[in-house]
Amino acid sequence: MSSVVAETHHAHEVHSHELPWPQQLRANRIGLWLFMFSEVFLFAALLVARFVLWNDPETGAITRPELSQELGLLTTVVLLLSSFFMNRAETAMEVGDRKRFLNGLLTTAILGTLFFIGVVFMEWNIFGLSGTLFGIELFGHLKPSDGVISGIFFAMTGMHAIHVLSGIIFILIVWNNGRKGHYSPEKHWGVEACAIYWHYVDVVWVFYYPALYLIGTAVHSM
Amino acid sequence: MQSLVKFFRSRLYDALAGAFFGALVGLTIALSTRYLHDLILIDWLGAAAPPIATEFVLPALGFLLVAGHAFIGFATGFGGFMGTRIGRFLYYGSATGYVRGFLGQVVFTLLGIGFLESIRALLGMTADGSTFNLFGTVISEPGFVFGALVGVIGFLLGSGVLTDWLLWITGAQTPLRHGAPPGKPEWFRYLNVDVNHKVIGIQYGYTSLLVLLAGGLFAIIFRIELAQPGMQWLTNAQYNTLFSAHGIVMIASILLGVGAMSNYLVPLMIGAADMAFPRLNAFSYWVGVPSVTLILAGMAVGGWDTGWVAYAPLSLRAPLGVQLFLMGFWINGFSSIASAINIIVTTMVMRARGMSWFRMPIFVWGAIAASLIQFTATQTVGVALMMSIAERAIGLNFFDPSGGGNPLLYQHLFWFYSHPVVYVFVLPGLGVISELLPVFTRKPLFGYKWIALSSLGIALVGFLVWAHHMFTAGMGDSLRTLFMITTMFVAVPTGVKFFSWVATLWEGKMTFETPMLFVLGAISVFLIGGISGPILGTVPTDLHLHDSYWVVGHFHATMFGGFVFPFFAALYYWYPKITGRMYKESLGKLHFWLMTPGFWVMSFGQMSIGIWGMRRRIADYDPALGIEAAQVLITVAGLVIGWSILIMLYNFVVSARTQEKAVRNPWRSRSPEWQIPSPAPEFNYDVPFVVVGDPYDYGIEAEYIRMGQAQPVPAGD
Ligand code: HEM
Ligand SMILES: [Cu+2]
Repeated sequence: MSSVVAETHHAHEVHSHELPWPQQLRANRIGLWLFMFSEVFLFAALLVARFVLWNDPETGAITRPELSQELGLLTTVVLLLSSFFMNRAETAMEVGDRKRFLNGLLTTAILGTLFFIGVVFMEWNIFGLSGTLFGIELFGHLKPSDGVISGIFFAMTGMHAIHVLSGIIFILIVWNNGRKGHYSPEKHWGVEACAIYWHYVDVVWVFYYPALYLIGTAVHSM
Repeated sequence: MQSLVKFFRSRLYDALAGAFFGALVGLTIALSTRYLHDLILIDWLGAAAPPIATEFVLPALGFLLVAGHAFIGFATGFGGFMGTRIGRFLYYGSATGYVRGFLGQVVFTLLGIGFLESIRALLGMTADGSTFNLFGTVISEPGFVFGALVGVIGFLLGSGVLTDWLLWITGAQTPLRHGAPPGKPEWFRYLNVDVNHKVIGIQYGYTSLLVLLAGGLFAIIFRIELAQPGMQWLTNAQYNTLFSAHGIVMIASILLGVGAMSNYLVPLMIGAADMAFPRLNAFSYWVGVPSVTLILAGMAVGGWDTGWVAYAPLSLRAPLGVQLFLMGFWINGFSSIASAINIIVTTMVMRARGMSWFRMPIFVWGAIAASLIQFTATQTVGVALMMSIAERAIGLNFFDPSGGGNPLLYQHLFWFYSHPVVYVFVLPGLGVISELLPVFTRKPLFGYKWIALSSLGIALVGFLVWAHHMFTAGMGDSLRTLFMITTMFVAVPTGVKFFSWVATLWEGKMTFETPMLFVLGAISVFLIGGISGPILGTVPTDLHLHDSYWVVGHFHATMFGGFVFPFFAALYYWYPKITGRMYKESLGKLHFWLMTPGFWVMSFGQMSIGIWGMRRRIADYDPALGIEAAQVLITVAGLVIGWSILIMLYNFVVSARTQEKAVRNPWRSRSPEWQIPSPAPEFNYDVPFVVVGDPYDYGIEAEYIRMGQAQPVPAGD
């Protein structure tokens, strides 16, 4: 096995039979979109579960847990804003503006991290903190042990947060490679895939935010 | 990253993996010595072993065996002993993806457990609920689950299936490696990560058969228990674990078998050199291995009693083993989704020139339809499984009514996948039937377009019927009627296939080689399953038959008719393609004539005792039911089926060495894969072919494909 590293670097195989790039790119695009479509079922299943679990047993009226509206709105704005910078980065790569490309990516990653902190550290409040800023409650109070009112909340935000986290890692990888001079206006599938993924994760939140924070009447416990 | 990869490809790592492999071998020998010692001396001879033997000699011997083998492994990993057979065995063995993966899994599991347990200890948390005792250390359920999850990552890292992707992170380019790794023999490819779709297909194939043997063994064990009322040789808990594991292990085997057929055949049939994403293809296979390991390990840590469906809240109260089962089931989903996407994309972008959708070999339609289900529905069962794992391990509430949860939600999420998945099992199998019938009747396939579209039809309607599994579960009455009606619609596309098969058989010039026999057997058995289905789909009858052995009869008939028989037909049919040699026809016929009547007896027996009052998933029954004779018959039939499958495996193993070379196209097929040498060359078609006609014009002088002009292959790969 020891000689494999050397082996893999002789670049020109006579007969390597990899797909020609335009065809491989088409395959990559279809493949990624199929994966995104597959994930629709993941997120939709959780969304449906939310409507099954959160309603009043007597009246059937839709309910939701009591959450900090300000915090929810803030994280949502931050996430949506990040998509804008991701788009800026991608279009910059298309015209070959590497500086704007790298800055756009970094901004996206930072905004994504802020969102992640907002959800995991503030809304989930995993360290059990408390505090206010301008009269806004900074930390949530829902706990995993709160029964059915908290379960699906953690499941939905958690599943989304895992996607955000992997998106941030993806962005940082692309950023690092971009910094080293990889990608060109003609050939930057990694950037494209990263952008699609990030926008996708954003769009999921567009559905999750109202489902968690806006729809239904807030209740303390069920 | 690159230096890490370098370490894993270094001689030192070879030696460490060798030590691990040696230790495994040593442990196996030590444990069996101990077992034999106890069995012969204590159980058979009734002798009391002297304390010096049990307390000193045996442990010391065990230690020496393990340490000695580990040392030999370490030395061989370094490259010593290559002159001896055992040395080569250890050297190559320890370098396979399986051993390295398993090493990674063990190490990472322990690391994962250690990590989470130390965090818990730091936070001052105590283990409540189920715990696991590992060599005297108490491990909490969250620690256990986390370890299992991290262990899967360890397996993937260790096996090397992620290596290329990890290198990509650093911006490195990694060309696809073809052929055996340097310094390794050709057979080594089949036991290691390889990107060629034919190698991966074969890996899926033998894994499927091995897993089938394991699942079959479980069934034989509990079937013997059921042959008589009262408990003979199992406890209730063992019985529960065995039937639960049988179900899920068989499903894993079927999914692997589907992967075997799709991976091996689809690129060959559409004229592609490989799949669209060869690395992802390897990943799809290798992630399935730890999934099966986890399920089997679940049997060892307490087992579980929920059946393969794992209904909550029962699953929330089951022994710890249920966690590994849920996790294994969930991990398998990664395999399904990745492989399905790969097959769809491959078919979309890599078809040969002139191969329009309706000129593809019909099997490809089956594979596509199955993939459409796999890459979507799998996500919902994944959600159900994750929620169950989380509800147990970290106390989130979804399903347990005592916390306000909704148990029906689990069933909906589960069946939204698990009804459609039965079509994942059967659609490729039905594709095989449609593929083989014209070859052995020398006639065009009747209604090609209808068959192709009926596969899609089944896949789509399959999404609308899931709640027919829940008629007795307490869901709304109006929903019952709705799902009864949609269930009846499934019969329409299924009927299309049946009528097309009959019309294809009509006045055909039939010959009855083993593959054809299995195709005919498949049709007969699938008919039993297909007719018993609508009876279950009708609410008034289902209220009586639900949870009875009738259901067991129904789904065994559908799965054998829709998957097992066609899969065996496919194995016999493409055996000369895969190995270049012909199997022994006489043994093939023997297999068929044992298995088919055996199955009929088993199937009718199961459905009959179901009507007579036998419940499913119960270890014991009332002798007053008067079903003892039928129970014995079913057990005997099960044993016959088991033996016949062993005959098939014997046939395959022996024929690969002793039989003479097969002719290039033994079945006179028109399909592209038979127009090239067997075994197929590394890149299938050296020169792409062009499709100029329709695939199934047997008996008509019409071309299907025109092979390109062969050019000498450049030497050296
Ligand atoms: C295509 C091949 C088929 C396969 C592989 C298949 C498989 C299965 C399996 C595995 C189960 C048992 C699930 C469990 O509880 O563990 C089942 C139950 C059932 N099947 Fe099928 N099936 C097939 C076709 C059909 C058809 C055509 C119908 C009706 C038109 C049907 C109707 C039902 C119903 C209603 C049940 C639920 C019975 C009950 O639990 O009370 N199936 N089937
Ligand atoms: Cu069903």
